[in-house]
Amino acid sequence: MNDLSLIGEDEMELYELTICELHDKLKKREVSSVEATRSLLARIEAVEPRVGAYITVTAEEALKSAAEADKLIAEGKSDILTGIPVALKDIFLTKGIRTTCASRILANFIPPYDATAWLKLKERGAVLVGKLNQDEFAMGSSCETSAFGKTRNPWNLECIPGGSSGGSAAAIAARQATATLGTDTGGSIRQPASHCGCVGLKPTYGRVSRYGVIAYASSLDQVGPMTRDVADCAVMLGAVAGFDPKDSTSVNLPVPDYTQALVRDLKGVKIGLPKEYFIPGLDPDVKHALDQAIETYRGLGAEFREITLPHTDYAVATYYLVATAEASSNLARYDGVRFGHRAKEAKGLVEMFSRSRDEGFGPEVKRRIMLGTYALSSGYYDAYYLKAQKVRTLIMHDFIRAFEEVDLILTPVAPTPAFRLGEKTNDPLQMYLSDIFTIPVNLAGTCGISVPAGFSREGLPIGLQLVGRPFGEEAILRAAYAFEQATEWHKRKAAL
Amino acid sequence: MQYQAVIGLEVHVQLLTNTKIFCGCSTKFGASPNSQTCPVCLGMPGALPVLNKKVVEYAIRAGLATNCSIAQRSVFARKNYFYPDLPKGYQISQFELPICVNGHLDIEVDGKVKRIGITRIHMEEDAGKLVHGDVPGLGQGSGVDLNRACTPLLEVVSEPDIRSADEAVAYLKKLHQIVVYLGICDGNMEEGSFRCDANVSVMPVGSDKFGTRTETKNVNSFRFVKQAIEHEIERQIEVIEEGGRIVQETRLFDPNTGTTRSMRGKEEAHDYRYFPDPDLVPLVISADWVEDARLSLPELPEAKRARYLAELGLTAYDAEVLTASRELAEYFEACTALYPQAKSVANWVMGELTRALNEDGKGIADSRVTPQLLVDLLELIDKGTISGKIAKTVFDEMYKTGKAPAAIVAEKGLVQVSDTGEIERIIDQIMAANAGQVEEFRGGKEKVFGFFVGQVMRASKGKANPALVNEILLKKLKG
Repeated sequence: MNDLSLIGEDEMELYELTICELHDKLKKREVSSVEATRSLLARIEAVEPRVGAYITVTAEEALKSAAEADKLIAEGKSDILTGIPVALKDIFLTKGIRTTCASRILANFIPPYDATAWLKLKERGAVLVGKLNQDEFAMGSSCETSAFGKTRNPWNLECIPGGSSGGSAAAIAARQATATLGTDTGGSIRQPASHCGCVGLKPTYGRVSRYGVIAYASSLDQVGPMTRDVADCAVMLGAVAGFDPKDSTSVNLPVPDYTQALVRDLKGVKIGLPKEYFIPGLDPDVKHALDQAIETYRGLGAEFREITLPHTDYAVATYYLVATAEASSNLARYDGVRFGHRAKEAKGLVEMFSRSRDEGFGPEVKRRIMLGTYALSSGYYDAYYLKAQKVRTLIMHDFIRAFEEVDLILTPVAPTPAFRLGEKTNDPLQMYLSDIFTIPVNLAGTCGISVPAGFSREGLPIGLQLVGRPFGEEAILRAAYAFEQATEWHKRKAAL
Repeated sequence: MQYQAVIGLEVHVQLLTNTKIFCGCSTKFGASPNSQTCPVCLGMPGALPVLNKKVVEYAIRAGLATNCSIAQRSVFARKNYFYPDLPKGYQISQFELPICVNGHLDIEVDGKVKRIGITRIHMEEDAGKLVHGDVPGLGQGSGVDLNRACTPLLEVVSEPDIRSADEAVAYLKKLHQIVVYLGICDGNMEEGSFRCDANVSVMPVGSDKFGTRTETKNVNSFRFVKQAIEHEIERQIEVIEEGGRIVQETRLFDPNTGTTRSMRGKEEAHDYRYFPDPDLVPLVISADWVEDARLSLPELPEAKRARYLAELGLTAYDAEVLTASRELAEYFEACTALYPQAKSVANWVMGELTRALNEDGKGIADSRVTPQLLVDLLELIDKGTISGKIAKTVFDEMYKTGKAPAAIVAEKGLVQVSDTGEIERIIDQIMAANAGQVEEFRGGKEKVFGFFVGQVMRASKGKANPALVNEILLKKLKG
């Protein structure tokens, strides 16, 4: 462990505080939101050249909203999020603020409206400090497909931060935002959270509105928080969750106070260990961290049993048919007609379409559009898309059956800790396999969380994944919180 | 060889909702370009569709009125293709599981009733439109107007049960009448609110194997449908007779020449890559919803006609004319509710009122003659206040001004003269002045009677009660 990470609490800089800690100081008027925001902006300036978490930093707007938040706090109208500096994956539409989805095709796109999830934070007084890097259109597991440069892992600048919400995770690890939002289609919140040592939660499909979130694969995309600890995660989830009349797939269920679920007692909680996830090829450091975590949970009163999720092997293939099929259609709107990049001096309509898209999209996005177009094509639909949907149903049933036996499922988040930059960029299949433990949760439509659970011998963070029943976010938050309180992993800081 | 045509029609019905199918924008026709748009109908990143419930209600109504079953569960699907007027790069439609299936309409051609099957009715969004040439604000080029994008449509697909252009027109007219009656479509074919694609093929008479079909697009009047289909049948027969083969293709009707021409062939046909739209959950329709819709259906023309025949004693012709539009039928029924002599009401509505409206190029909704006014007029005739002839004069004034008939009668001094003394005085004068004709009549030339009636009516400026004139005149002439 690095000595630099052992700074005493009273010497903490404002940018190092969690939401709950900063809120406490704001409420007591010990500090102002402007001070906290300044502290974060200075931190961004200091470390951003090394980390590269941001696509756009909105310093001016941030200080303005921070001043407004301070006014509210002075009037006693302070909410837990009032004056808290947050940052968003650049997939969330922010009215008047450039939103790129890390693509050249949207390099100059200024949205005319706000995403619902962001609007909910904004209405509660949160301060936007910037828009975070990601894989282009959320397609990737390493943040390397961005058209705006690479993001580096704050724990080891030679390593990827994970993806696609790599900027959101790196910003938390590098203390460049108090909390962030990401999106998760096949692991895009949980995998980078695991690689960067932060907490990342993918809610149940339908729990958070997708309105104003640039679509990758509509039936899988979900918005979720990425935070320093579980308590902050509960706060953020409570803020963004809920039914949205603008999203027909959002579910009209009441939003519980997730912070009430944060108790340390796990007596009698039955946790399943799917045998398909604990395979010989698992990285020994990951396995070691998981074994230790299981012991910790036993100590907290949880009971373990082996379960089976028999269709796990088909999950990655299924995902790459369903997600790419939807993506091929979702990305058709980027045609250069109404917004986004338009090829110059194209002769005729077809050339304008094809050149705009050719120039605007990166290679991974093109690869997935082609895969998806193929999967939906006449003559192949039944063999690919339809078959994939059927397998998806089987995978869903795997989870339903498992949850008849256990309350939670514990698994690794990723087969290995963060890999090196460039290590898998030329091997898409290897890259795709890094999401093998997270993808089934999206296909099943249920919720999962990644919590820091240790470090590799190289000093890279390792997360564990807890999967809950649909709309069982309280249960996974509770188990994550109990584990966090029993361990010290989340207190370590990346030395930058 | 003798050939038999086989025809199936796909009709697009634009629904009369105030707002679009997947967003809250207005559907009003004729607004300035792109003024009725929002992130959803512009296909902005992150925007999501939300289904307009009214569209579902209208689709259910259309389904019930065409004897379809309403699917408990139907699914929206994406039809993928690139075109500048299609903002999302796909159209949200229904594919495998449409809202209505297995319906039919009975049509009558040359006195014979025939049943035409309806395969399906599904809901979908319209595209925007392109403006070419001098585009305001852009100069020379092409502009995209997305006001119409996301406007709700129903597509009604018939079975290939139609065998002639006349049957096709009869089917279309019937469908048109129903959707207008239901209040779900304004029926305006010129503005494209009701448009038709015709699938046509021919086969030798007696064969049961359909020939290769062509699809003729966007034929926007009943007359053009007849022309387009007749031309296409002739063309196909000609091709076959000359030893050629029909190619499966999309053709475009040219109203200037009355012919069709090739638009794109099968090899250029799109692969639309339909798949269920993941942004919309499957539409589940409860039995109660269908029942409520059934109860709220208006009486349809077929049922109305039967009732007019059976209960009101009208002729088939009268019933047909009066039920041609829902407005006219409702006007007629509002009159008969006040004044139960249906035949008399029918004569006035189909006669004077329709004539006046036609001359003005107006519809019944624009008429100043309310049912109450028309009934007031009929009652003045019954009471003998005015004659049927004078009533026509009163009607014309009433039609122009909307004044009450009694007021017009008083104002213009048109009250019928039923005073026998007055009539006798006039008759005496006429007889004195026309002694020769009196002699003729008395000499057996009874035709002269008409001459005397005319003279008396003229002398009374038409106000003399004709029945009394007849009676007294006859008595006096016979001496």
